[in-house]
Amino acid sequence: MKASLWIGALISALVTGAALLSFLWVPHDIEALDIANKIKPPSGAHLLGTDHFGRDILSMLMVGARTSIAVAIVAVVIGMGFGVPLGLAAAARQGGWMDEVIMRGNDLIFAFPSLLIAIMITAVFGAGAVNAIIAIGIFNIPVFARLSRGAALSLWTRDYVLAARVAGKGRLRISAEHILPNLANLLIVQGTIQFSLGILAEAALSYVGLGAQPPVPSWGRMLADSQTMISFAPHMALFPGLAILLTVLGLNLMGDGLRDWLDPRLARDAR
Amino acid sequence: MSLLEIENLRLGIGAVEILNDVSLAVTAGEILGVIGESGSGKSMTALSVMQLLPRGAGCSGRITLNGHDVLAMREAEMCGLRGQEVGMVFQEPMTALNPLQTIGDQVAETILIHEDASRAEAMERAHEVLRRVDLPPGRVAPSRYPHELSGGQRQRVCIAMAIALRPRLLIADEPTTALDVTTQAEVLRLLKRLVAEDGMGLLLISHDLGVVADMADKIAIMQHGRVVETGRFSDLRDPYSLALMEASDHKPDRAGHAGETPVLSVREVVRDYPTPRQGWLGKPGLFRAVDHISFDIQRGENLGLVGESGCGKSTLARAILGLEEVQAGAITLDGQPVFDGHQANRAVRRRMQVVFQDPYGSFNPRWTVGRSVAEPFHLLDDPPKGAAREAAVVEALENVGLSGKDRQKYIHEFSGGQRQRIALARALIIRPDLIILDEAVSALDVQVRARMLDLLADLSDRLSLTYLFISHDLSVVRNVTDRVLVMQGGKIVEEGETEAVFVAPRHPYTRQLIEAAPRLPKTA
Repeated sequence: MKASLWIGALISALVTGAALLSFLWVPHDIEALDIANKIKPPSGAHLLGTDHFGRDILSMLMVGARTSIAVAIVAVVIGMGFGVPLGLAAAARQGGWMDEVIMRGNDLIFAFPSLLIAIMITAVFGAGAVNAIIAIGIFNIPVFARLSRGAALSLWTRDYVLAARVAGKGRLRISAEHILPNLANLLIVQGTIQFSLGILAEAALSYVGLGAQPPVPSWGRMLADSQTMISFAPHMALFPGLAILLTVLGLNLMGDGLRDWLDPRLARDAR
Repeated sequence: MSLLEIENLRLGIGAVEILNDVSLAVTAGEILGVIGESGSGKSMTALSVMQLLPRGAGCSGRITLNGHDVLAMREAEMCGLRGQEVGMVFQEPMTALNPLQTIGDQVAETILIHEDASRAEAMERAHEVLRRVDLPPGRVAPSRYPHELSGGQRQRVCIAMAIALRPRLLIADEPTTALDVTTQAEVLRLLKRLVAEDGMGLLLISHDLGVVADMADKIAIMQHGRVVETGRFSDLRDPYSLALMEASDHKPDRAGHAGETPVLSVREVVRDYPTPRQGWLGKPGLFRAVDHISFDIQRGENLGLVGESGCGKSTLARAILGLEEVQAGAITLDGQPVFDGHQANRAVRRRMQVVFQDPYGSFNPRWTVGRSVAEPFHLLDDPPKGAAREAAVVEALENVGLSGKDRQKYIHEFSGGQRQRIALARALIIRPDLIILDEAVSALDVQVRARMLDLLADLSDRLSLTYLFISHDLSVVRNVTDRVLVMQGGKIVEEGETEAVFVAPRHPYTRQLIEAAPRLPKTA
């Protein structure tokens, strides 16, 4: 139980640390093209090799982590920030008109394929990391809204909620004090899942050219660029792929561990 | 030669010892009642016979069932034995049945698993078995689903499944605990009849001595994983057995000073619920849960409200607490209305509190006990803060016999009985006039319940509290209340001094309830 938290936290810290470090120092300048050294396999000078413009892949990954992590975090924050209050409001007024309006609105967003929304947004506002964030974030809203509404509905039938109503507390206050804390473990797990999906979605959007625009590197774009050269330069696809895999794995482990750690019923021995 | 013989059974899960030297015997046609408080190991004993133990459990000793050495049998052989020679009935009939299968199919399934019968034959026999448990196919169609049946009917289906193959031994683990008293009496009668008809042995597990005393030929009392004593009810002599008997019919000492001024007055109250509309354009119907109810509670009085599930007693409690608006009538506390326009009246609500039945669901698991106990302060316009708040929490906890230090703990660290005390502390903290006890002691073990009743009596004397005691348990109501209301189908059918109502019930429904209630035979 504790092991998964620590391993997950370590991996996540490593990735975040590399992203932060890239602001101060990277092994090689990623804007300097070095055509003489293009598509080199890993070596002492370039630990993870170079790409088809001779840029250092390790440096690209470090800078790219900023984009990937920022996009995924902000997208989860948007999704939770709008989705959870909407879901709680719908549950607090179950069966009322507010419930219907909120949930049918969510159905509408859910019915749109996420990529279509992203293409729509980029078509209107232009391609770029910020627009990718908004697109992914909007798609996260109904996920969190539905999850929190469903779980909140079952919590609303508990006696402690009734006790809080006897104590004169209103729906808003009960939602904040009793419902939300008991949703925390669900939200943490779903948050890490959406975070990993966000990284993958950003990679997918960059892959089709709708995410971060060159020369800003992102993991998805690196994968996209490498695909035509995968037969003779596998390292170009391998390392960004591994970076995505490791980050997602680390986050999921951390999410699991965090959920257990925050639960007073399971934390007996840990504290 | 006994049908079931358990000799020196020991059971441990990990390092924890659950059963220690348990020896029991059941002969054919005999009913053995196993009594114990929660955690005494009575269910584990039953599960050992079925070899349905949780993972990590290891048992030693000897269990002989109809000549088979159960502990030496392999899992595949046990599968042949379960259902065929031993049947089992559990406490909660709703979760014991598959909600997606018709009751006929579920009974037939038991037959199909064990015997080489065709589907039609199995169905035919299932109908026969359902008829035996008083669910004749003409009246209760076997094509019904569990949710279409009442609790008692569901438990009958469970019994039908258990006895479909005429097993030699039937194990019933708290088979009537989830049922109403009148239904409980019917199910117990049914079990007794089946035992007599089939010459089965019955191992009847219960926490309620009253349920078993009438039925069982022999009674085994268990405590801490040991059998304290075994014998006929009238022969029980062990101090623990006697303590259990005393506790299950405990009458707390109470000065009792019912005044003449009514605290709460309920006048012609009606509460309707809309029922689902019939079709798209149909009008929603109305279900009248509370039907023109009127009564008063005098200051310092303990008023009992008795009725079976679905009679509207909890709805009435919620209306009194101002949680739901009533459609007609008036509820007033000291002359002030509980509902002021469409808003609950805070000035009135702060003078009432409630304790619920389920000790496990009444607290937010993520809050400390202190925070939960202090929650009703929200009703005050100027709630105490800081040290004064802490002091009030400590005082409330000490009032119910807990330590002030407990306020920093989380609720999972407490037992069921302690949790109900904490719930009572939460109700006491704003010093209300009226406390509604909604089945507040029903989920507790008898000895814990007896202590809780003493505590309630003591508090009512010291703090001059008024209780509305809602319960389905007649013996508790008889022992603690001054006056009682009997409720059926949303109406009050009888009302009067508790003792008078119990001695000479006037309404047929009251009579039926009192007759059905399990009682300990009076031993001289």
